Amino acid sequence: MTLSVPVPVKPGVLARMRGAEIRNLGLLAVLAVLVVIGAVTSENFLTTDNLENILVSSSVIGVVTVGATFVIIGGGIDLSVGAIVALASVWATTLATQSYGPWMMALCALLVGAGAGLVNGLLIAYGRLVPFIVTLAMLVSARGLAARIADNRTQIVTEQPIKDLATTDVLGIPLLVVILALVAAAGWVLLNRTTFGRRVFAIGGNAEAARLAGIDVKRGTALIYLISGTCCGIAAIMILARTTTGSSTHGNLYELDAIAAVIIGGTLLSGGRGTLIGSILGVLVFTTITNIFILNNLATETQNIAKGLIIVAAVLLQRRANRENGS
Amino acid sequence: MDPINLDRRRLFVGSGLLGAGALLAACTSNEPEARAETTTVAAGGGSGNDEPGTEVVIGFSAPAADHGWIGAITTKAEEEAKQHTDVDFQAVEGSNDVNQQISQVETLISRKVDVLVILPFDGNALTEVGIRAMEAGIQVINLDRVFSSPRGARTWIGGDNYGMGAAAGYYLAQQLTAKGVKDPVIAEVQGIADLPLTQDRSKGFEEALATAGFKVSNQVSAQFTVESGQQVTSNLLQAAPKLDALWNHDDDQGIGVLAAINQAGRDEFIMVGGAGSRDMMDLIKADSGVMKATVTYPPSMAASAVRLARLVGQRKGMSDLVELGVPASITLTSETVTKENVDSYLSLGFES
Repeated sequence: MTLSVPVPVKPGVLARMRGAEIRNLGLLAVLAVLVVIGAVTSENFLTTDNLENILVSSSVIGVVTVGATFVIIGGGIDLSVGAIVALASVWATTLATQSYGPWMMALCALLVGAGAGLVNGLLIAYGRLVPFIVTLAMLVSARGLAARIADNRTQIVTEQPIKDLATTDVLGIPLLVVILALVAAAGWVLLNRTTFGRRVFAIGGNAEAARLAGIDVKRGTALIYLISGTCCGIAAIMILARTTTGSSTHGNLYELDAIAAVIIGGTLLSGGRGTLIGSILGVLVFTTITNIFILNNLATETQNIAKGLIIVAAVLLQRRANRENGS
Repeated sequence: MDPINLDRRRLFVGSGLLGAGALLAACTSNEPEARAETTTVAAGGGSGNDEPGTEVVIGFSAPAADHGWIGAITTKAEEEAKQHTDVDFQAVEGSNDVNQQISQVETLISRKVDVLVILPFDGNALTEVGIRAMEAGIQVINLDRVFSSPRGARTWIGGDNYGMGAAAGYYLAQQLTAKGVKDPVIAEVQGIADLPLTQDRSKGFEEALATAGFKVSNQVSAQFTVESGQQVTSNLLQAAPKLDALWNHDDDQGIGVLAAINQAGRDEFIMVGGAGSRDMMDLIKADSGVMKATVTYPPSMAASAVRLARLVGQRKGMSDLVELGVPASITLTSETVTKENVDSYLSLGFES
């Protein structure tokens, strides 16, 4: 997102865009401060290996966050992302699925993710249920189903091509990072350059007004959760490669990580406003913190305190930026 | 504790004298005839404990079987119970929520089981309900994670977390010393950091390494899950561009730890695991990577706990001991499994 926003739009929207710009700049500043802290406190921080490692660590949760951004801008919430990742990872690694080879495993993960997302979407849009409740139910039942299918075992990936995804580079960039970049780019185009994207903002801003303006709010809402589920499916494939396993314990607390990243990325929890780039920056901030703490051999507790402080600080900064920007 | 003491005393007076003669014979003689004789004696101390006795209803409660080790705990307990025709085994659904586990134990108490086997998610949190069970006349076998008061259980049986860390530490110290490494870089991947068992393991590890003048350079903690193991290790490997040794507390998360090591293409160090999963034992046997040893924390302790519960319920003692009752506390040893002895441990390895 650059300042050269194509001309059209009403002044209100333009001001909103600038607000988003400023919020993203604030987050970039936070990231820059973290990089400086990292570089000063550890000689191993500014190495190509480590920076790649931060990006790869961000890739799985990053893809999930792209989907979560759509959901939250659309005025909803998806608590089931971690559980869907777990279910897709388990379903894709059963002996039966693995016997069909790597393509089938990937397809299976995608379908399970998209399917679970669609169930969420249909229940919320057409069943008129509250997103919080539907996705909470999905969280519990998807993890339960995953545990049932896996029989509480860790399922080992035996297909080498899947494992290779974690070690493959494309033009010197790790494939997992490329996947995140592609998903984020596709998400950005969909959100900012298509009618569907505009509708997501409209639905999240005021669903009733959107309906009166002739938008099919129900279909739009269902599609939003389908996107989130599909992102979880993609993330599941990546987690299979990273951990070489499928397990009902995968994706633990991803819902909270994703929501935290989306919020510090400047997206309103009430919907209608937000940026995808902010969310990705949010993910990078959290992953970088973890990295710096481990490089400096500091305990996990301190790390969590720092993360909590950063969430509060980022939101306070954004509110200030909003006020100064008059929006 | 009072009613139990009374029971024990009655047992002692009543059958102790009766059994004393047979007991002497049983413990000094290896003759099968002598052993056959003692089976007629009701009191413990002799053998014949495997013979069916009075029926015992055993209630079982453990955390959710969400990873290999706890999964193995539950299956081993069930399998052991099936071996005995005189055991009525009643397991409740595992839970990682201490409140739920407390209510489930309460359910078992109200069902009036004879003996309870409890592996608490958190020992401190389940102590009170353990005490309530004991006061209700139900004998409690506390499995592994320790209650904060001995009043909560008739007997504790569990692994030796300190000893596990110490075993890993001694093994690495010995290997590194043999290689002549000076000032080695040693990393440690813990499980859940705030559990007492993790702190005990780390303490044992640290103190054993100290005997060789070594110390831990990098310490990270995961969550006992594969994904968290992968995540923290990928960062750990960045923090330590060159390692000499690594101890991973838990073989379940070890799959993720090894994935991170392989993905980073690192092989300059030796790694020791913890708990003793089948996967890790296979890798130790193959000896093709960094994985050289694992220190055991055997889930078979659940089977032993069920046996103890049965003996306590039937008011018998352990046949290999002279004592009339089951001891109050039994700590298992942590053994070091290496390429040399792995074959004898393979059958004890649990599936991840």
